[in-house]
Amino acid sequence: MSEVTAKSVVVTPIFENNPIALQILGICSALAVTSSLQVTLVMCIALTLVTAFSNLSIAAIRHHIPSSIRIIVQMIIIASLVIVVDQILKAYAYSISKQLSVFVGLIITNCIVMGRAEAFAMKNPPGLSFLDGIGNGLGYSVVLISVAVIRELFGAGKLFGIEIFSLVNDGGWYVPNGLLLLPPSAFFIIGLLIWALRSWKPNQVEAKEYEIAPQTTGMQEAH
Amino acid sequence: MSSNDTVQKTVKVALLLCLVCSIVVSGAAVILKPVQQANKALDRKTNILAAAGIETKGQDIDALFHQFTPKVVDLDAGVYTSAVDAETYDQRKAAKNPKLSDALSDDVDIASINRRERYATVYLLKKEGKLERIIIPVHGYGLWSTLYGFLALEGDGKTVAGLGFYSHAETPGLGGEVDNPRWKSQWVGKRIFDEQGQTQIELVKSVDPSDPRAVYKVDALSGATLTSNGVENLIRFWVGEKGFGSYLANLRAGEV
Repeated sequence: MSEVTAKSVVVTPIFENNPIALQILGICSALAVTSSLQVTLVMCIALTLVTAFSNLSIAAIRHHIPSSIRIIVQMIIIASLVIVVDQILKAYAYSISKQLSVFVGLIITNCIVMGRAEAFAMKNPPGLSFLDGIGNGLGYSVVLISVAVIRELFGAGKLFGIEIFSLVNDGGWYVPNGLLLLPPSAFFIIGLLIWALRSWKPNQVEAKEYEIAPQTTGMQEAH
Repeated sequence: MSSNDTVQKTVKVALLLCLVCSIVVSGAAVILKPVQQANKALDRKTNILAAAGIETKGQDIDALFHQFTPKVVDLDAGVYTSAVDAETYDQRKAAKNPKLSDALSDDVDIASINRRERYATVYLLKKEGKLERIIIPVHGYGLWSTLYGFLALEGDGKTVAGLGFYSHAETPGLGGEVDNPRWKSQWVGKRIFDEQGQTQIELVKSVDPSDPRAVYKVDALSGATLTSNGVENLIRFWVGEKGFGSYLANLRAGEV
């Protein structure tokens, strides 16, 4: 990243430096919650808010965080925010929170949140960090929503639970593709999206670090 | 930055942070608790109404639910009991409490639930003094998960009026089709017991409508044999001797 401006921190994570497609972070929730669009949308909002506010609070106290316990400090802030979000969902979006179940709690372990806190919020002022959180949340959302649209439309013939294709089960013409409702399909779709994105922006293709063992590229741990 | 790394500063930051975060978390939990509990109660009511085959969309759930009378049944004796309060009794918790439940031996535990609570809440719908619906809670193991739901019976205590599950984690598209309204609708009108009071209901590959026993048979879910077996077992368990069998027998005999 060359120059850090308010606009660039919001826009670049969407396509240029997408947390899922380029950094390959936050994959597990992308597999788990994308079988219906409504649930995905709530998850995206939750994650964006948690990333933004954890970045904000960590950046605000960054000069006071002892480096020996900085990861613990970040985790406590993130965990508290996630619990608050979970409680709010249970109170105001009960049926969706039931479907999201454990995955809201698992935002704590989502590498995007932790990664942005460590990589950006520890070094930048609060306002900019907040925007960086929003930007990365949006980047995550773009991928998740595209995956969810494909999965729900072709897997269940619906969008937001409203029937688009009439299903054979209900006397219509569309035979739903059951595979798309299962978690592995999200892997295929994300893979295809990354392929498409890297064909569009070839500079995102990573250089081979080791010709013999290309799978050991250090940055690609997917959590 | 180096001044941050002293022991005093580290302890101070850690303590302060914990204090602030715990206030935020507990504050959110306490403030939102009443709304959450109301949601849970509403969710249960919606499920009971759905099992009873009552359309709930866009209606006042509380008003609809008010027609039902909750009653606690002593499962072994098959009669109503006042040992616990129907309004506050939590059956799912009781099933895990050794004081309120009994371990099941393998030969009777066809629904794979390990322990069964002694008391269960049933919901009765009466119209003009006549019993119209009995809703009994059921649960049992499917393929991946325990399915929790409600079975609604007609006032005669042997005809199914509806079946619905409110909590399960079966495979979406296969076992998850237990939520399919079309599948659920074929339960309506099926008979659980024959004239002698024997449990007859079963899930089969495909029901032949000309079969004289078709009234005891329900189409199994295609591609979900283990979930279907689980549903059959849990229904048979809960209407059987260890479940509501004696209560329903008493009810048919007009003794409760």
